[in-house]
This record gives sequence, C-alpha cells and structure tokens, in this order.
Amino acid sequence: MRVVEVVRQPVRANGAVNTPQAVEVEQLGPTAPPEWQDRLEGHVLAPLRRTSWRYAAWVGFLLTVIGWAVFAYGRQLHYGLIVAGVRDRISWGLYIISFVFFIGISHAGTLLSAILRAVKARWQLSITRMAEFITVVALMVGALFPFIDMGRPDRILNLLFFGRWQSPLLWDVMAIGTYLTGSTIYLYLPLIPDFARCRDRLAATAPRWKRTFFELAALGWRGTPGQRHALESAITIMMCVIIPVAVSVHTVVSWIFAMSLREPLNSTVFGPFFVAGAIYSGIAAIVLLMAVLRKLLHLEEYITRTQFVSLGYLLAAFSLIMLYFNLAEYITTGYKMSGQEPFHFRQLMLGPLAWLFWFYMLGGIALPGLIVLYKRTRTVAGITVAAVLVLLAMWVERYLIVVGGLRVPLMPYTPATYSPTWTEWSILAGALALFALIISVFAKLFPMVSLWEVIERRGPEPAGTETAGKQPAGAHS
Amino acid sequence: MSSPRTDQAAIAVESGTNSCADAPRRTPRRTVLKCLAASAAIALAANARSVFAKTTASTIVGSGPRQSWGSAGPEGAGYEYECRLHDAAQAPPDQPPRLRRWAMAIDLRRCDGCQSVNKAPQCTAACIEAHYVPKPMEWIQVYEAELSGGGTQFLPTPCQQCQNPPCTNVCPVGATFSTPEGPVLIDQERCIGCRFCMEACPYDRRFFNWGNPPQPAQTQASKYDIERQTPAIRGTVMKCDFCMDLLSAGRRPHCAEGCPNGAIYFGDLEEDVATNGNEVVSLSTLLNQGTSYRLKEDLGTQPRVFYIPGHGELVGRNPLTSGRKATEWPWQDLLSGSADWSRDEPGGSW
Repeated sequence: MRVVEVVRQPVRANGAVNTPQAVEVEQLGPTAPPEWQDRLEGHVLAPLRRTSWRYAAWVGFLLTVIGWAVFAYGRQLHYGLIVAGVRDRISWGLYIISFVFFIGISHAGTLLSAILRAVKARWQLSITRMAEFITVVALMVGALFPFIDMGRPDRILNLLFFGRWQSPLLWDVMAIGTYLTGSTIYLYLPLIPDFARCRDRLAATAPRWKRTFFELAALGWRGTPGQRHALESAITIMMCVIIPVAVSVHTVVSWIFAMSLREPLNSTVFGPFFVAGAIYSGIAAIVLLMAVLRKLLHLEEYITRTQFVSLGYLLAAFSLIMLYFNLAEYITTGYKMSGQEPFHFRQLMLGPLAWLFWFYMLGGIALPGLIVLYKRTRTVAGITVAAVLVLLAMWVERYLIVVGGLRVPLMPYTPATYSPTWTEWSILAGALALFALIISVFAKLFPMVSLWEVIERRGPEPAGTETAGKQPAGAHS
Repeated sequence: MSSPRTDQAAIAVESGTNSCADAPRRTPRRTVLKCLAASAAIALAANARSVFAKTTASTIVGSGPRQSWGSAGPEGAGYEYECRLHDAAQAPPDQPPRLRRWAMAIDLRRCDGCQSVNKAPQCTAACIEAHYVPKPMEWIQVYEAELSGGGTQFLPTPCQQCQNPPCTNVCPVGATFSTPEGPVLIDQERCIGCRFCMEACPYDRRFFNWGNPPQPAQTQASKYDIERQTPAIRGTVMKCDFCMDLLSAGRRPHCAEGCPNGAIYFGDLEEDVATNGNEVVSLSTLLNQGTSYRLKEDLGTQPRVFYIPGHGELVGRNPLTSGRKATEWPWQDLLSGSADWSRDEPGGSW
C-alpha cells in the first residue's frame, strides 16, 4: 500500500512561502486505488459525456414552467402589480418572501465550503461543488425577485443614477452583488483543475464547442507546483473573504425589515436571527440537492451516509440555534406585551397565521432536530425528509415575518388580509424551475463533484460508516 | 497523458521539493484584489453624484423674499420649488434668511366626522376633488378610534410631514424627500415602486397605484407636476403633500378649507401663527392651551401635524354616536382602463 503525501505550503500574509521547517504535511487517510479513481471519474463525468431523452424531457418541463411564469410576469407588466395579492397595508408578499428565502439558501455554499475548509474538515469534499453551485444559482434567482416586485421595473437604472447609500435597499444591492461576484470566483477556482481534467479526458468525445470551453476554462492548468500554489492561495483568500461577506448579506437583508418602526419587525436580533435561519435552510438545500443528484448521477459510493449524517448533525445544531433565537425574540417581547405585541402574538399563535406558525415551530424546528437525533430515523431518507421540512418551514418563517409583520395595524383600522394570487404562485414556481434549470444545465458543463479534491484529499469513503452511525462530523480529516 | 494516479504522485513530490516563489503563483491574489478595488471604485463613482447633491441641497444659501431651491433629493429630477421667506421678518443681511415651517393643528374637539352635516368627511372629499386622488386612497383619512371612557373620537390623519421622516430615509433613489419648509414630497417620475417607504411609514399614510390610476380624463391635460402629483402614475407611491401649490398662492390646504367646523388650523411655526379660516391664532398658544400631542410621539419622527384631544364636544357631538359616511370618489367618467382595488385586501379576478 502506497502512502501519498500531499504537501501544502501555508502562505504568509505577504505571499512569501514558508521555510521548509514550517511546511505542513497532510497525510491522506486511505489510499485511493486507481480503479476507484477511474470509477469516480467515470461516474462524475458521465453526464458531461452523454445526454438521455429523460434529461431533454426534464429541461422541456422546466422551460414550460418558466414560460408560464414569464407569461404571468408579462401580464403583471401589462396591468401593473394589481395582478398580485399585495395591497397598501400588506405591501410586500410572495416576491419579497421568496427573495429572502433564496438569499437564505445561498448560504449553503459558504458554510460548507468555506467554513469547513477553514477548519480543515475532509468529509464534505465530495459535496462542496454542489454547495457552491447552490450559492451562485440561488443568488442569481433570488436577486430577480426585488425587480419582479418593483412597480416601475423600467426605472431600474435609477438605482444607479440616483442610488442613496442611506437606503438599506442599496446595502442589499451592494452586499448581494459582492457576494455573487465572490461566490462565483470561489466556485470557479476549485473548478480549474477539473476543467483541465475534462479538457484532457473528454478531448476525444466532446463536441468542438465543449472542447473549446474546457480549454478556455482550464486557463492552461497543467498542475505545476507554481499553479497549485497559486490556486491554493487564491482559494484561501476567497475563503476568508467570503465568510464575512455571506454574514453581511443576510444581515442587511434582515435590516430591510429591522430598519422600520413597525412593532414586530424593529428587532435588534434580526441580523443574527436571519443569518442563522439562512444557514439552517442552506444546509437543508444541500441535503436535498445531494440526495437528488446522488440518485441521478449514481454517486452513492462517494456521497454516503457519512455526508448525510454529518450534515444532519449540523442541521440539528442549527435547529437548536433557531429555537434559541425564537425564544430570544418571543420571550423578550412576549413578557412585556407592549404596544401592538398582543395583537401580533394572537395572530401568530391563535389567529389566521397560527397553522403556519405551529408548522414552523413544530414541523420545521422541533421535528427535523428530533429526526436527526433519533437513531432509527438517522438515515439518508430520514435526513432528506428533515431537510424538506426545514426548507418548507423556513419559507413559512419568512411568510410569517413579512405578512405577519406588515399585518399588525398601524392605525385604528381592521387588520388587512393577504392571499397570493396565481400570478405570484406562478412566478415562484418559475423561479424554482429556473433554479433547477440552471443546476441542470451546469451539470452538463461542470463536474458536480470536485474530482481533484476528492481524489487527493479524501479518497474512498471509509468502510463501516454505512452502519456505524457513531461517526462524528469531520472525523476523517 | 499518463494516468491521474501517477500524475498526482509526481505533483506531490514536486511540490515538496520545489518551494521557490515564482511570478505566476502570485497573480490570482493580485487579480482578486484588483477586481475588488475596481468594483468599489465603480460603486463610488456611481453614487458620488447623489452624495454631493444631498450636501448642496441641505445647505442654506441665498437671501431675498423668494428663494429657488433644488430638490433635497439627488439632483436630476428637474424639480425646483419656490421657498417662501418672511417678508415682515426679513433677516438682516449677515444672517441666514428665516424659512416658513408649515404646521397643522387639528382640534379634535371640533371634529365630528361630519356627522352633523350628514356627509362623508369634507376634508377628505375636498382633498380628493382637488387632487383627483385615485380611489381608494384617502390622503387625509378620518379614522374612528375608541375612547378609553367608552364611545369614539374621530381622527383626521393626513401625512404627518415628519421632520425625521422614516420614509425618506429608506428611499433608495431619493424620490421622496423633505423640503426645507417641512412637507415631504414624492417625485413620481423617479419613484421605482419598491414600496420600502410604505413599509417604513408608521402612520399608514402612503398609497400605491397598483393598477392604472382611476382618474378623470381632465388630469391628462396638464404636464406632471410634483407639487400636485397629477396625473397619477401607475406603479408609484402617492400621499398628502400639504398642498404646496396652494401655500405659494397664499391659501390653506384643501382639507383645511373644506372643513365645515374649522377643526383644522394651518400655519407657520416660525412666525407662530395659524388659522382655521374663522380666526387667526398664535400657534404656540393654541398648542399649549390644551395638552396637544403628536401621533406616536415616542417614535421620534417629529411630525408637523399636532392634535388637540377631543371628540367633537365643541360642535355638540355625542361620543357614543359612532360611525361616519363612507368616502366617495365623485367622478363619473374615468379614463378607460382605470383599475379598481382595495387598500387592505386582494380582490377582483386578478
């Protein structure tokens, strides 16, 4: 059995390479047998090689949904926002809710990739690529919603001509723009060696445009030590940059609400609360995507129960954090019951929003945590169910914040009602379809697993984790 | 190319021995930093105009009885309005000129929700008629609020014209802004319809044109005017503007002129004078006489609308008689394609 040593040189702030005595040596746990590598490569590159009729049908279905949403939006352009269910008193609805939701799940990539990379975990390497894709695609889709929600989309350039830094909306534009740029770079950097691999492996079979694409995207990668060092440095820098940017993004998203003078919204806890909720839903999004792609691309050998259980533990941890934030939010206001809080508590717990609220608390926070912590449900299927519950509940949570927050009467009038129209639902469906479509198209152009990292840093999944269940997160490093 | 396996081993060995720093390895970091700096510079450049414009507009300049001001929002809207200075209290040349500080004092002791005239509130009606206010907006809305001792009071509520307006703070494009004399205006030709100001307003005093504004045809005859907010523009926000156009003509706002009971005093805090059409009073005396208050004073929005508590007792209203006539929008012939919506619930077949 050969032991391969991968030597990485930590980089000082000035970019100079450390002296040999400070060189850090990482040892791969298990050896990666060549046939395993070939199999992995075969599985991961298979979707880039050929396309089945099922894929075409799937893309056709997604395009139909998107087409329908475009029609609905066209109608909205023609008649105005009157085709949506929002009105003066509840003036933000499904669009803003979905905006917050999509920006929330975009935190998946950051957490997994950057934070776990920073703590040198290794178990996540087979899913970092998917996580980073979720970030970029969710940001691209989520950023559409504020523009869909605009009454005058034709004046969008006014944001550029007359933009005021004093407005939290501009903070959002800046933060999301920075995050999208940063996370795209952060997605692209670890792709470079894989593009080179595609260039070399698929040269014989791929069509000409694809060959050119891989050739260009690989940036002349030959895996020389200089190139590797540059790549590692760049990834490290982006990793350090992207974490605070991600935190800032969801903080300023929450400030759209927290900067108002409305009773349930003007809460100082909103920034960290939203960041925690974003990471919570982000983890769930990865679990779901990983479960789907694992089946479709036959990656069961590389994405095992280890990955699901580790993410499940993260999910459970964040369900406790969410529980804590909800307590912090509701106990401090509910104890005092000042101003309009009694109304808000009644509408949430007993009133028209009660079924959503209790689904969120019990089905979205308590139940997923229990599913993961109870040994018999701590399975791939169980954790996937927990992730779906979390995704639904976090969308509902944003509904409660936006609609519940705006519904609290400001003056002596009857509380308003809001029910989304088919236009709003269609556009949400279209956004979800667009999300799936971009992922589907990318799956044909990019390897969905970071091949070089898995091969060099992780190797085959350790045997025995299928049944052990005691595998602590990040133990294989 | 050989198998990836041997490649990798070779690379591992190489990187262990070759530790010299060569040029290519430094490039990505520099590129990243450059990109960051470049995007920051672009953002700065794009916003510099507005930042500077804000500074200029809030600087008090010039003298003379009528001063022309640029809008307090970023420049480019092409909006200028006349600022009214005191003729009588003309400032000495070495001091900045004194400005009007418009204010409204609503004497709730005189407001009976127009129960006595058996009509819909006349302040709202006058406002709607003069501004062609699209249905269902009531820029000045007469709410009926419970009294702690039982019964109700009527509460006419225009835009509070806050001196610390939460709505202008959050506007991303400076389409709504404070004028030096107090009133908060909206440039509907700049508004992007994000409705952030509606979320920010704690008084529910902002209104959105969800569909084609239901207005009569004559509104189309004139060019858009920021002080009159006519014609209304779909997808933009509207609200009470203290009738800036009437003030420059030496009149009171339409609601104050329309009130049959003289409940609405309008005046100038700077000159300390106000009138309800029947009498001219010292504004400070009026406000200090009863325990006048402002709505949600604790929010720190500093409204320019004051209330003197009451429930119509000076005009003989029994607080236990509740209810008022519903507001009507008088026009028979609306523009074709006019939309119809409600303020508080989705409706229609959309």
